[in-house]
Amino acid sequence: MQELVVISGKGGTGKTSLTASFAVLAGNAVVADCDVDAADLHLILAPSVTMRHEFFSGREAIIREEACNGCGVCSSVCRFDAVRVGGGAAGAPGFTIDPLSCEGCGVCVRFCPEGAIEFPVRLCGEWMVSETRCGPMVHARLGAAAENSGKLVSTVRREARRIAEESHRPLVIVDGPPGIGCPVIASVTGSTLVLVVTEPTVSGEHDLDRVLSLTRHFQIPTAVCVNKWDLNAEMAGRIEESARRAGARVAGRVRYDRAVTLAQMQERTAVETGAPSTVDIRMVWKNLGMQEGSSPALTPARNRQIMASYD
Amino acid sequence: MKIVFTASADTIQAPLDGRFGRAPKFLVYDLEDDTFEMASNQESLDAAQGAGIHSAEVVARTGAKALVTGHCGPKAFRALAAAGIKVFSTDAPTVADALQRYRAGDLTEIASADVEGHRA
Amino acid sequence: MILAVASGKGGTGKTTVSVNLARALGREIQLLDCDVEEPNAHLFLHGKPLGSEPVTVPIPLVDESLCDGCGECGMFCQYHAIVCLGAKPLLFAEMCHGCGGCALVCPKQAIGETERRIGVVETLRAQNVTLVQGRLDVGVATAPPLIRAVKARIRAGAPAILDAPPGTSCPVVATIKGSDFVALVTEPTAFGLHDLRLAVETVRETAIPFGVIVNRMGVGDRRVHDYCRGLGIPILLEIPDDRRIAETYSMGHLVVDVLPEYGSLFRGLWDEITQRVERPA
Repeated sequence: MQELVVISGKGGTGKTSLTASFAVLAGNAVVADCDVDAADLHLILAPSVTMRHEFFSGREAIIREEACNGCGVCSSVCRFDAVRVGGGAAGAPGFTIDPLSCEGCGVCVRFCPEGAIEFPVRLCGEWMVSETRCGPMVHARLGAAAENSGKLVSTVRREARRIAEESHRPLVIVDGPPGIGCPVIASVTGSTLVLVVTEPTVSGEHDLDRVLSLTRHFQIPTAVCVNKWDLNAEMAGRIEESARRAGARVAGRVRYDRAVTLAQMQERTAVETGAPSTVDIRMVWKNLGMQEGSSPALTPARNRQIMASYD
Repeated sequence: MKIVFTASADTIQAPLDGRFGRAPKFLVYDLEDDTFEMASNQESLDAAQGAGIHSAEVVARTGAKALVTGHCGPKAFRALAAAGIKVFSTDAPTVADALQRYRAGDLTEIASADVEGHRA
Repeated sequence: MILAVASGKGGTGKTTVSVNLARALGREIQLLDCDVEEPNAHLFLHGKPLGSEPVTVPIPLVDESLCDGCGECGMFCQYHAIVCLGAKPLLFAEMCHGCGGCALVCPKQAIGETERRIGVVETLRAQNVTLVQGRLDVGVATAPPLIRAVKARIRAGAPAILDAPPGTSCPVVATIKGSDFVALVTEPTAFGLHDLRLAVETVRETAIPFGVIVNRMGVGDRRVHDYCRGLGIPILLEIPDDRRIAETYSMGHLVVDVLPEYGSLFRGLWDEITQRVERPA
């Protein structure tokens, strides 16, 4: 079973739009939306949720107001500046814990002389299994300001792989997060192929460099694709050259296409609307070594219609 | 001597789970009297991070001296090595199959982690 | 005044707003690039490097001569960063959050501390702007400690703009905490609106006043405006979908240098925000 992870380094390069098109072209893949901070893939693939699961990660410290005597030991041991003045028993000044700052280490819990601090597991969000017109999809929603652990990303990937194995689907496509930190690491380790989607800008070039260092560090085969390449053809060429030098292969380039945004507003992928960039997207898909499957979203009749519109 | 197999069900015929850190159960087999018992690895599945390390702790607590699994990441491997537990990797489909291969001396002991680490 | 520029979705124009605002103001200002995973502000503000310092986080150091292998440290640790499997504790430095708990619970006081490098903080000077940026070492998982190190360099006496990373979770919270106002940059599309909602939820957790900047006006529709109006969220600025802006940006130039007519747009934004901070509604 193959696992293609699509990441971008820099945000806003078009990775999610492209991933959605890939899901349609694949026809028989399991899709995993691992961009858990700001998951957008569902806006195009319109999933119907079949299962929801609460997601717990780590713990948080909560001071029982009535038991707090205001001694302040918690404040003196907390390394994360999470203890605030407030609360307290019967009007006497006490302390409370700021959940945004608390890292769930348990030190205050252990050292509170009154045993006044609870230490429950923390509900951070939820993950869902859904059906889409492209097949099964696993996605998640991290709670506002929740801790950004890779556990949710790992959970989504694990479920997607399990579904692929059980339903005998050969491919998992992962929409990954931006950046190079914790959630990105969790989304790429152990995958068979990473595609980095970038744009022809100095930011795109700079951020691509750092992402490629990351995939090299984890020794994962990597391909690169410049999206909106015609905004700056010279820069696009330079980026492709430096990608090759960094050991990645160039999977192709996709033109700037307003029709992609229009498709997004209609909850459609570019390839379903016959947007001009479709031919570029299909070329990238082919260059990645992928087949086009038969997808309910892209019937032969619709396909003929789209091909005809190229002429 | 006790030997541990990563398993996803409760019998000798259970499928051998391919990944150590997130295996749901361990089948702890006593080679001397040919009996076995199950150990749950649920705590590792629930762990926010360090599932592989926690799995190593669970295995160490069983008193086993060897582990048979599909793949093992670098942190888990380091933890198992510190506990003095030998690690064998196999693609055998079931625990029974893996046990047979172990007894026949057909399993290779791995000297270092065979997959890149996962974040969680 | 400390202004944080954030967004849910990546690529909406946070850095474009931050760097152009800093330059357009024309007076002494600090810009802190808190996107420590992919810092980009320096690509537009070609600054003279003033200094670079490594940033470290504390990790445990076990004195094995004092350790008796009791395992208290491993049992306490919430992160599996220190575990006791054989005779002595094993350390997984990359998992450590630096809470100091293991050292505190060790009955033999056998655990001290040492430092682990996570990245650097660099300071540059670009005309009126002092740029401070963090750069996370590749392979390091968590950004917040480095973000806090960047923010520790804020000096009183000049306003500060914090360029946040994209997203809605802990790196963004670490960036915006303690600021006087948050400007959320979005685009008028389905993705833009969806991620704006998430960003609004996050900012609300911090109770910091905020407003919205709509970039690439015209590329989508009015859904973001309707949403903001419905919730009484002020729209501070609308930036047109001007291809010249995209081209300027792609080459690493400042919009306000190449297209000076945009200068007054950004200065107006600053006035709008300052008024809201000085006279909260």
